[in-house]
Amino acid sequence: MVIARSGSKRWISAADTAATKLGLRVGMPAAKAQALVQGLVMIDADTAADLAALERLALWALSQYSPVVAMDPPDGIVMDTEGADHLQGGEDLMLSGLVNRFRGRGLAARAAIADTWGAAHALARTTDRETVIVGRGDAARAANRLPLSSLRLPAETVQSLRTLGFTTVGDLAATPRAPLTLRFGLEVGRRLDQMFGHIAEPIDPIRPAELVEVQKSFAEPIGAPETIEKYVSRLVRQLCLELEKRGLGVRRADLIVHRVDNTIQALRAGTAKPVRDIAWLTKLFRDRIERIEPGFGIEKLGLAAILAEPLIEAQSASSLIEEQVTDVTPLIDVLGNRGGQRIFRVAPVASDVPERSVRRIAPIADEDGATWPLNWPRPPRLLARPELIEVIALLPDHPPVSFTWRSKRRRVKRADGPERIFGEWWKRSSEWVAVRDYFVVEDDRGERFWIFRSGDGVDAETGSHKWFMHGMFA
Amino acid sequence: MSAAVATLNPVLHELRGKIASLEGAGSRNRSILPFGVPEVDAQLPGGGLAFGALHEVAGGGNGAIDGAAAALFIGGIAARTTGKVVWCLTRFDLFFPALAQVGLHPDRVIFVECDKEETVLASFEEALRYGGLGAVVAELVRLPMTASRRLQLAAEKSGTLGLVIRRWRRQTEASDFGMPTAAATRWRISVLPSEPLPVPGVGRARWLAELMRVRAGEGGEFIIGACDGQGRICLSSETANGPDQAGRSFAIGRKAAGGHRQERFEAMDFGS
Repeated sequence: MVIARSGSKRWISAADTAATKLGLRVGMPAAKAQALVQGLVMIDADTAADLAALERLALWALSQYSPVVAMDPPDGIVMDTEGADHLQGGEDLMLSGLVNRFRGRGLAARAAIADTWGAAHALARTTDRETVIVGRGDAARAANRLPLSSLRLPAETVQSLRTLGFTTVGDLAATPRAPLTLRFGLEVGRRLDQMFGHIAEPIDPIRPAELVEVQKSFAEPIGAPETIEKYVSRLVRQLCLELEKRGLGVRRADLIVHRVDNTIQALRAGTAKPVRDIAWLTKLFRDRIERIEPGFGIEKLGLAAILAEPLIEAQSASSLIEEQVTDVTPLIDVLGNRGGQRIFRVAPVASDVPERSVRRIAPIADEDGATWPLNWPRPPRLLARPELIEVIALLPDHPPVSFTWRSKRRRVKRADGPERIFGEWWKRSSEWVAVRDYFVVEDDRGERFWIFRSGDGVDAETGSHKWFMHGMFA
Repeated sequence: MSAAVATLNPVLHELRGKIASLEGAGSRNRSILPFGVPEVDAQLPGGGLAFGALHEVAGGGNGAIDGAAAALFIGGIAARTTGKVVWCLTRFDLFFPALAQVGLHPDRVIFVECDKEETVLASFEEALRYGGLGAVVAELVRLPMTASRRLQLAAEKSGTLGLVIRRWRRQTEASDFGMPTAAATRWRISVLPSEPLPVPGVGRARWLAELMRVRAGEGGEFIIGACDGQGRICLSSETANGPDQAGRSFAIGRKAAGGHRQERFEAMDFGS
């Protein structure tokens, strides 16, 4: 529990879960808390250190998630992830990944995505869920239910509004604006408009000191795609020169578009390996220039190497005899930056359970030559979930005589098996004695399937003795 | 015959020569991927699957939905190429150990799992254009003529082997396979009862491979043994009896003596 002071007042500025369980709340006077709970551990708040930590977090988020990141003191970070979420596999995955990363470090975090800074700010602080995603255009509906305190207004204003009978943002939005402005000033209306997206609230992105960044301001705003493309390729050339001076290659590059209406749009391109190749970087951005909405015009373009790594120039193989191995990383980058797709390789896992024996790895992960043991036949198509089938079979270890799958009855002509697969008790205790008996069966038309019986056919402890379809052979 | 043409129309002959030299430039060494089965290769112009072209494969019968045989057939072809393989699809239900069993190493295959079919087409084209890859595979429901033409051009330009697995969500959609595309060859792979063994059990899988369409060539039907993955290079086994007429007369196979590596599938013709 952390105590903050302002003048002679002492109040709680942060409380951990244990404290919250005891009924302590942020904003409660410290004396009251002491009266409620005995033996309370109190630490003086260190605002400066908090702010410094927040800035470190923001810089980290800048390199990981989005080109436009700013601190939202005292306890938040705001990001504009539009045009960057695809690098993390979409909004859903990005948000859950973010929260999980925090949790891995022992930090609790809540995250929200919404159309406006105001709505995201409020949602992240008011809901109980760890991640909230509000769809495009739904911000207004979501915001209506939020309490007044989430409107980023001074505490006194919120208190007076409460006294007047307002409880939610929706209440306030439904009231005529003029009397409110007369009584409380412009701030209330401005915050409401920001939350509902009626006025823009640009995020002023933070920039680390050593960032490699090039910019170009225009005397006349530009808007035509060809013009943008021309300047982007110029910026790329400049950036590559800068990087070359420092011996760096770029892993993540951001194109930041400042428009005349004071909004910022950003495009982020990621590469699988450090690059300093002008043509390649230009291509990564050129594919998506059409996504830039120039609006009334663009007054400034910035290109920043948000994540740069040392790049060592290596001589490419020039031998005439040796077969040249094509480097596929440029292709992976082009596909990966397009969005709407996941790129991966698969690698074996030492597990007998079929659905656990394959894992996805990064497309440029080291090639270790590992593959699966090839002694038992495996079907090329595996059902995501084994499907229950009805079977006539002789217990304990005979293959089925016939089975019914997807309401079609098939007579088994030939069969191989059983291949017994044991449960992995070190993963789940319920698999202690679990067994699956797999059979390869072929029906009279020649279709081959991979079916299994849960259990060994004798002992009911080992499984339900139900039969399942798991895959199709060729 | 070409000499006769040369005397008849020297201009045409010269143009043809020019085109041939243009097409052959750079890709002379690796313009064809033979199956290593004389009967099948004889049906294909140049003696094998052409690099720098699009090839379509679908499953027959019930296999049109799951496309298991088609995937394994394609996997075997891709395994015999060199270089990386890019595999674009929308739903990832491949079980890779099976592909490893036909000799395709997991290190070689980069999967692109797309949200939409259009993204599959776009990624497929991008990968075909890229060049230097062993093969590019796409699992597609629909392949319109215009799209296939673009893909064919992309493949021609880079000399990459483009392989399309046609799979449908339901059986009725399979009629889409009747529509023409710009692909150089079109195959249908149906499952047949496996090779009989002297003991109970499932023998080596057999397929009916129908070469339904081939540019500048005639189609055919072959009964083939499924891809064999004992060696790094997977050779489809010998065909049963060349073009199989209406008979569907299954040849009786007999395993040749020898190690796993030379597992060959020999057959006798009972048909006419």
